[in-house]
Amino acid sequence: MLTIKNLHAEVDGKEILKGIDLEIRKGEVHAIMGPNGSGKSSLASVLAGRENYTVTQGEVNFDGKDLLELSPEDRAREGMFLAFQYPVEIPGVSNINFLKTALNEIRAYKGLPAMEAKEFLKLTKEKQQLVEFNANLMNRSLNEGFSGGEKKRNEILQLAMLDPKLGILDETDSGLDIDALRIVAGGVNKLRGPEKSFLVITHYQRLLDYIVPDFVHVLYNGRIVKTGTKELALELEEKGYDWLKEAEVHV
Amino acid sequence: MRNSNEIIDDIANKEYEYGFTTDIEMDIAPAGLNEDVIRFISAKKEEPEWLLEWRLKGYQAFKKMQLPKWQHFDMPEMDFQKVSYYAAPKKKKQLNSLDEVDPELLATFEKLGIPLNEQKALSGVAVDAVFDSVSVATTFKGKLKEMGVIFCSFGEAVREHPDLVKKYLGSVVPHSDNIFAALNAAVFSDGSFVYIPKGVRCPMELSTYFRINAQNTGQFERTLIIADDNSYVSYLEGCTAPMRDENQLHAAVVELVAMDHAEIKYSTVQNWYPGDKDGKGGIYNFVTKRGICKGNSSKISWTQVETGSAITWKYPSVILQGDDAMGEFYSVAVTRNKQIADTGTKIYHLGRNTRSRIISKGISAGQGENTYRGLVQVGPRAHNARNFTQCDSLLIGNRCGAHTFPYIESRNKSATVEHEATTSKIGEDQIFYLNQRGIDTEKAVALIVNGYAKEVLNQLPMEFAVEAQKLLSITLEGSVG
Repeated sequence: MLTIKNLHAEVDGKEILKGIDLEIRKGEVHAIMGPNGSGKSSLASVLAGRENYTVTQGEVNFDGKDLLELSPEDRAREGMFLAFQYPVEIPGVSNINFLKTALNEIRAYKGLPAMEAKEFLKLTKEKQQLVEFNANLMNRSLNEGFSGGEKKRNEILQLAMLDPKLGILDETDSGLDIDALRIVAGGVNKLRGPEKSFLVITHYQRLLDYIVPDFVHVLYNGRIVKTGTKELALELEEKGYDWLKEAEVHV
Repeated sequence: MRNSNEIIDDIANKEYEYGFTTDIEMDIAPAGLNEDVIRFISAKKEEPEWLLEWRLKGYQAFKKMQLPKWQHFDMPEMDFQKVSYYAAPKKKKQLNSLDEVDPELLATFEKLGIPLNEQKALSGVAVDAVFDSVSVATTFKGKLKEMGVIFCSFGEAVREHPDLVKKYLGSVVPHSDNIFAALNAAVFSDGSFVYIPKGVRCPMELSTYFRINAQNTGQFERTLIIADDNSYVSYLEGCTAPMRDENQLHAAVVELVAMDHAEIKYSTVQNWYPGDKDGKGGIYNFVTKRGICKGNSSKISWTQVETGSAITWKYPSVILQGDDAMGEFYSVAVTRNKQIADTGTKIYHLGRNTRSRIISKGISAGQGENTYRGLVQVGPRAHNARNFTQCDSLLIGNRCGAHTFPYIESRNKSATVEHEATTSKIGEDQIFYLNQRGIDTEKAVALIVNGYAKEVLNQLPMEFAVEAQKLLSITLEGSVG
């Protein structure tokens, strides 16, 4: 599904990813943990194709395609979805209009006709319930005046609607209280399946209590310094990240 | 991979779609402005003596006036003697019905998306089509007549309804109002005339489509709309012109009169040729538009979507004379390449409890300059007058400009006047967010711009909102909400 080989990237001339290797297979959930500034969110940005990140070395294969050759919108259309850490607000553009535009752009890329209004509304209703999204927010401007929790839930709703092959959750748990966290995680769990993979980026272990990963990777100083199963997350929770600095010295 | 700035540049530099010319035999007056030319126009139109005299008064006023200096752009050089003031397609005989209109003209308007054939036309919209100096056809006239609504070309109104024209012509915008209004008074060619009788709610949208075709001419039309007591009318004008290297002057005058409890809703979708990306050519759109809410509880609402013209310079205004009268101004002005817009409104609160609302949305891209200039004046009699003004600017790229000059003059202590203003940029992060949802940058910009202008676009009659959205390079195919 996603194969990252020796990925190096820089922003403003500063190297932030220093050789990432990662393989995510169909249906797997991988978690990336690490201290602030380790490059977690940068990895998400590079994968999604954010403009100011420059890949200097390495390759990324996404479901048989050279990901780095694709524009950000084509990456999305190929089935890569990034749930943003800080979802933007777009005044005057209704949530539902935005969703329909996005859905139909992706369908058009796949050679499918635009979804009929009736079918679209049915799908919206179904997914709204799945992620416990407040229906009143559908006709409001995209994320405008939404609470932190509503914005994050909106990201998961979009993920449900657009049905990607790979969902990247960039610190989706940040700024959420425990109830919101449970709802967001519940939404993701309902979307898990043999055809859908997830890359969950988080600073804290607590999200992984709800979204249980198959693998946990520790990112430090632009590299994956340790890989393990969900127990690794617990170990990190207990020990913090400081011991990694020593570990890195020995790598 | 192209970055989003390049794509934004592309959008900002998009070709003008309506730049074709129509090859047709024309009657064109020689270039130059003098009394003889005015007499020639008046004679061509077989006008009564009083109208000729009024034109000549306008010309006398024009001669004494200087070009203004207060505008926020460099006044282009204007040689009024180099322009031809009359250009009309040659007609073989008097037109009695649409079937007799030159097929070339029908084809031109059809190409512009304005079918003049009533079967093909948008139902619920009557159109007066003006080609250079004359009206070529007015649709649905018969149907409107049954209700007593008069909708015809200005020339026809002078012939058929001289009393009404004589009574109201120049009553809102006098012949000496400003230099371009004076020029228009002297040489105005055609335009539309609307009269809605007492108690009638006009059953259709009325619309005038202006097309400049001839070279080295100006267009100087005049529109006069009178809504009698308890009547309602919604009127829309649209306009395009061919691409030409030289600038052409469009100096129109619009006068609106709303009597007791009458309402006039006037919408403009302006898409004159804006000039090329280096600022060569394009229309100078110097227009005087003013309405008077003469009667109590009357209402005038201006909505404008200004996307064309090299320079757009106009302030559709409302005089709130009657008590409880209401004036509104909704505007979206887009400037890109080297376009300039200096636009806004003037609202004069004279009557008691008069209210006004101003929503202005400027969008600047490329090297476009966008200025909002507005005046809210409250007179001593206007007890409890209320105004709300919101004035927003959106910048796309970093070579454009936005400016705001709001003037507020209140002579009544009970008045409430509010002004809000914002300036924002389309953020890279907004575009990236939409990209990440599968929406390309062009569509993303369109979506953002459409959202920004929504409050104004919502004011347009349904039939035209679509055209306006398209003009803002917006694709909303199959969208809901």
